[in-house]
Amino acid sequence: MTDDANGLYAAVAAGVLAAEEDFADLLRSVVEVARAIFGARASSILLFDEESDELVFAAVAGDGEQTLVGRRMPSDTGIAGWVLSSMTPLVLEDVASDPRFARDVAEKTGFVPSGMMAAPLLADEQALGVLQVLDRPKRSRFSLQEMELLGLFANQAAIALGLLNSTRRARAALDGAGDVAVVGRLAASLTRLEGPRRAAGLALLAQLELLLRER
Amino acid sequence: MAEPEPEPDDDLYELPAWSLSREAGDFIRIANPLPERVDREWALGGSTGKGVRVCILDSGVENGHPLVGPVTRAVAISVGENEEPVATDDLEGDLCGHGTACASVVHALAPEAEIHSVRVLGAGFSGSGRALIAGLRWAVEEGYDVINMSLSTTKPKFAEALHELADQAYFNRTVVVASAHNMPVESLPWRFSSVISVASHDEDDPFVFYANPEPPVEFFARGVDVQIGWIGGGSIRATGNSFATPCIAGIAALILGKHPGLTPFQVKTVLYLISTNVGGADA
Repeated sequence: MTDDANGLYAAVAAGVLAAEEDFADLLRSVVEVARAIFGARASSILLFDEESDELVFAAVAGDGEQTLVGRRMPSDTGIAGWVLSSMTPLVLEDVASDPRFARDVAEKTGFVPSGMMAAPLLADEQALGVLQVLDRPKRSRFSLQEMELLGLFANQAAIALGLLNSTRRARAALDGAGDVAVVGRLAASLTRLEGPRRAAGLALLAQLELLLRER
Repeated sequence: MAEPEPEPDDDLYELPAWSLSREAGDFIRIANPLPERVDREWALGGSTGKGVRVCILDSGVENGHPLVGPVTRAVAISVGENEEPVATDDLEGDLCGHGTACASVVHALAPEAEIHSVRVLGAGFSGSGRALIAGLRWAVEEGYDVINMSLSTTKPKFAEALHELADQAYFNRTVVVASAHNMPVESLPWRFSSVISVASHDEDDPFVFYANPEPPVEFFARGVDVQIGWIGGGSIRATGNSFATPCIAGIAALILGKHPGLTPFQVKTVLYLISTNVGGADA
């Protein structure tokens, strides 16, 4: 599909899509579960903003959850940046012993973690962002099973982030002044209608479809 | 002691590339460099990786790090107008620690191998795929003996270029060692048969490595809870296929330090033969 067609599709779909807040809740629930399962101090999802080439905190559980959401950093800096660019997950421990790293992370997260796990969020060949889990307790050495678990959470977060992205595209198409925006508004209005008005609206659209059908 | 290696015959490459006459067959006799029994002592016993140039294609490498030693050359790669690689001397060191980590794993195994850093990060994520291709192109043209790639891309539009470069490296006697992906996604270049792909096992010994009977991942090396060098002269513990990959790159450097003429195909064969689950445990 062309970009226009994608936008049209997204706009029409917006009428039945959940609100952006629902997906933000979904992202938040992913980081909350990740934090709980790993027994970690904090967990966060960073969304890659293509326009500004930055990573943005989209959901945070634990330390920093009040202050971090919305904070931005360049997309190729730090561990999160490397994980995004290399598309490879990474687990680091004892990182607090490195003053440069500690300062770097502290500036972004508000505290100095001793360890972090990070995985890229991949969907449809795109890297959408990064999942981070900070300060997993050192009850045992890190295991391959935990790495797999991190990958599973990352997959779930990638799906949620993908949904959030398409909702945002849909909303942009709906709110926009482009030619297709009217179709999106129509679809949204129609889904809100009930009873005879809805039936009339649908009948009218069916006639319009007939009129526009290529010979 | 190493047996004398046959010198590569330069005249060989002047033969027609696409055909071979019956008479010419006699002129391209090649002495088999591999003994009847390839074991670890033959493959890498006494080797320090001396004379081998290992390229770390990554985030840069911290020069003079205690666990890395001197970096022979460091360049930063940007992408030119015609997608050509543009290399400039890299004075930034390591942007995140990852390249230094990979270099430290190679250095621990092959302490006399030369470490070269080719930095492909630093132009924003949006340009990272193109920079990766440009960096690999530059490194392949530079003719390194081993290229460590603890990174991959999931973008299909880069597949053709990556495939060509992996083949070019293979025919130019550059061993490309690439991290396998441990997430359920399609990524490159590790899936190509012209490179050596590596994933992690969770044992502590860097010389324990396994050949995978079910590729595309070809080898498993130490990648869990590894002590590695990090920026600022420090060290941390880390987990990831990123660190299993330089383990195999380091062992490849040891093999090439002792047997400089081996082709990537032969290096992979030797790695297979001395793998812990093949013949390595007997050595």
